[in-house]
Amino acid sequence: MNVVCVCGMGIGTSIILKMNAEKALGRLGVPATVTTSDISAARGAAQGADLILTSAELAEKLADISAPVAVVNNFMDATEIETVLSDHLPRS
Amino acid sequence: MALDLSTALPDAAVKLGFPAADWRAAVIAAGDALVSSGATTDRYTQEMVAAIDRLGPYIVIAPGIAIAHARPSDAVLRSGLSWVRLEVPVAFGHAHNDPVGLVIGLAARDHEDHLEVMSALAGALADRGLSAALATADTPARVRELLAGDIGD
Repeated sequence: MNVVCVCGMGIGTSIILKMNAEKALGRLGVPATVTTSDISAARGAAQGADLILTSAELAEKLADISAPVAVVNNFMDATEIETVLSDHLPRS
Repeated sequence: MALDLSTALPDAAVKLGFPAADWRAAVIAAGDALVSSGATTDRYTQEMVAAIDRLGPYIVIAPGIAIAHARPSDAVLRSGLSWVRLEVPVAFGHAHNDPVGLVIGLAARDHEDHLEVMSALAGALADRGLSAALATADTPARVRELLAGDIGD
C-alpha cells in the first residue's frame, strides 16, 4: 500500500503524520510505503498512491485528485489515524 | 537519544506565558523566537504567516498545538525550533483543534534536516502524560528535558 502524507510545505506536519501513520500501519499489520509531499506537488505524488492523508483544509484543495483522500484532524492521535487507515485499506 | 536540543531549542527560542492577542501575534512570536535564537531571519517569520494566510490553519495539527513553519530557504540560517506557550489560548480558525495554547516554530534548511528533532517532538506530543507535562513545563530547560525523553526529575 502506498500512502502519501500531504502538508503545505512537505516538511513539518506531513513528517509527523508520516511517522504516526507508519506506526499505525505497523499495528494494523499492513505492509506500506509512506512518503510525504507538499501541496503543490501532491497531484504528481498521488500518481500510484493508494491513499492520500492530509488535513481538512488541504483536502479541500485536493478534491479533484485521482487517489482517495482521507482527512486526519489530530495528527498526534494514534487511534484516529488507525481508524482512518483501516477505513481505507485496499480490499484484497 | 542523541538529540542536541540545546542547539535546536536554546533558551532564546522559548517563551512561556506569552500574551498574544490573536493567531497572527502568536505565529510572529514563534518567528521572533527563531530569529532571536539565530535560526532564521525576519523574512522567515513573514513566510510562516503568509503560509497560513494562503493555506489556512492546517498547521494546527492536534488540539491546542500549532507547528508554524515555512519552506526551507536562505531565510533559514540553521535548523531550529522555537516554543511559545501562550498566556491565553487563541483561535486559529481550525474546525477541530482550536484554541491553540502552544505554537512550535520549525525552521529547516532542507527536507531531511529536521527529521530527528521532529521525531522526538512527535513522540513526546503523542504521549499523553508527556504532553501534559510539556504544557506545564515552566523553564526552557524543563521543556528540553521532556522533549529529550528525560522524564525523571
